[in-house]
Amino acid sequence: MAERGLTDSAIELQDVVKEYVSHGEVVQAVKGVTLAVGEGEFFSLLGPSGCGKTTTMRMIAGFEEPSKGVVRLRGEDVTNVPPNKRDVNMVFQSYALFPHMSVWDNVAFGLKQRRTPQEEIRRRVGEMLEIVDLTGREKRRPRELSGGQQQRVALARALVNRPRALLLDEPLGALDLKLRQAMQLELKRIQREVGITFVYVTHDQNEALTMSDRIAVMKDGLVEQLAGPREIYESPATTFVAGFIGTSNLMAGTATAGVLRIGEGRVLVPQHDGEVSVTVRPEKIILSVDEPDGDLSVVPGTVAEVVYLGTYNSYTVSLADGAEITVFQQNAHDSTITAERGDSVWLSWQAQHSYVMGS
Amino acid sequence: MRRGRLGDRLLHGYTWLVIAWLSSPIAVMILFGFNDTPSKSNTSWHGFTLKWYAQLFAIPDLTDALWNSVLIALVSTAITVVIGTMLGLALGRHRFRGQGTTNFLVFAAISTPELVMGASLLSLFVSANLPRDRITITIAHVLFSLSFVTVTVRARVVTLDPSLEEAAKDLGAGPWATFRQVTLPSILPGVLAGAMLAFALSIDDYVVTSFVNGSTLTFPLWIVGSVKTGIPPQVNVMGTLIFGIGVLIAIANAVAARRRAHT
Repeated sequence: MAERGLTDSAIELQDVVKEYVSHGEVVQAVKGVTLAVGEGEFFSLLGPSGCGKTTTMRMIAGFEEPSKGVVRLRGEDVTNVPPNKRDVNMVFQSYALFPHMSVWDNVAFGLKQRRTPQEEIRRRVGEMLEIVDLTGREKRRPRELSGGQQQRVALARALVNRPRALLLDEPLGALDLKLRQAMQLELKRIQREVGITFVYVTHDQNEALTMSDRIAVMKDGLVEQLAGPREIYESPATTFVAGFIGTSNLMAGTATAGVLRIGEGRVLVPQHDGEVSVTVRPEKIILSVDEPDGDLSVVPGTVAEVVYLGTYNSYTVSLADGAEITVFQQNAHDSTITAERGDSVWLSWQAQHSYVMGS
Repeated sequence: MRRGRLGDRLLHGYTWLVIAWLSSPIAVMILFGFNDTPSKSNTSWHGFTLKWYAQLFAIPDLTDALWNSVLIALVSTAITVVIGTMLGLALGRHRFRGQGTTNFLVFAAISTPELVMGASLLSLFVSANLPRDRITITIAHVLFSLSFVTVTVRARVVTLDPSLEEAAKDLGAGPWATFRQVTLPSILPGVLAGAMLAFALSIDDYVVTSFVNGSTLTFPLWIVGSVKTGIPPQVNVMGTLIFGIGVLIAIANAVAARRRAHT
């Protein structure tokens, strides 16, 4: 009997482990992942290569069988169900379009396997091609299309089956930056339009932050943090998450009475004593020539590098203990470059923007 | 400049010389199929005639031998293509126990001298008490052409994106539907090339066949047997027809490949 899941989640993984035997040694690609993806949610698996995100997705699709644990789709145990009998579809990193078939036949492939009536196939494929803006290119072969168009064919081919969830394996990896950004918004629009659960695998934190309702940040086969984009960015659960998402500045040392001293500076770490590490987002730091007043974390340093980046400047500031801190400063109408290479400056930020990891 | 032009001319001349050298035996074969020779020997030109085309099947033994060859080539090609495609797919796609050994055997079958293969097949058939006939010839032909089909298919399989088959399965196709609708069309050029190779190897094999034929004669065996008494012009005509069919298949394949590349 299929055991019912705890929630009515679209996808549920429970203590899922994947082991490989490589050169006689057991390697754990996924070391125990438990997560639930809600109905209609845009869910991202984010992490560096080798973190187990793709393996996790392939276990949801059915291409890999978990060594331990349970995979459920809408509460139904599908752990040992082959991919062709699972109601999820995947968009492959290489698109995997069938080269010997036209765009139309590629998109109709899944419906034909399910012996859908001809009339319905015609209607649904037509509708789907309209959604992905490929009407008029039905007879083309995949290789006659641009990268972005191929990507949309792959999307249509999966979505036309109205799966319970759509799995996307770094689908924008092969596109150039401009197209990638356009496709991010496009994907989000299509997801809202069809209302299907999306599980999105990526190593690109911007992509994950832009599109996701929730993100699972993975490292070494484990989920480090599972939360919404804002929470992941503003209050990372581990130093790894802090470092992986956005640019992070790390300061470490021994704190006494809630204060970490760096040179002449002081970093406020309320309720912490002993070994601490502090991370601050570059855009939260204010750069000034004079020592600022107020109840702030204040650290002196020397400007090591200034990079003009259009909408903002990026400063690299060396601290007394050798740490390098990145500071972003908006190029608003009233701001000019306030410091140059070699200048002594003060960095300051509000205590709430420090993210402290103590011992 | 002058020297370059001279070099070009020399290269042109040399190229045509090589082409003429390579095609002269074929030209002679075709030409002597039209030779109005009065005797059994067909070695000197006696004027043009089409009568050998009209009397193509006038020598019953030769006709039997030709049909034997065609039948054996068709059957052995069909068997070879099926087994070779499966082998090529397995070797190109999967990792399995005994893979290294299989790869070695495929290579060994290509590099074994035909005389050795023929002699060992004969002793195998004799000790297995199999009567030597068209069946043993077919078995032998499958054996020596299998490796060529395997290698051609494997070469095609390794260039194939493995996620194509995963995509088919993901879209609801079972293993057989995946093979028929996605895998086979993708490796078809390799399978066809392998089939043509197997057919060509089979239809003109002499060495291995001469060991395992028993009393059955194939086209090449009949020709060698009639060398002493004189090769009749019908042989030239049959050779011309086989060559013509081969050329047609090659052209059709080239056209199909070009169409595949353009659509």
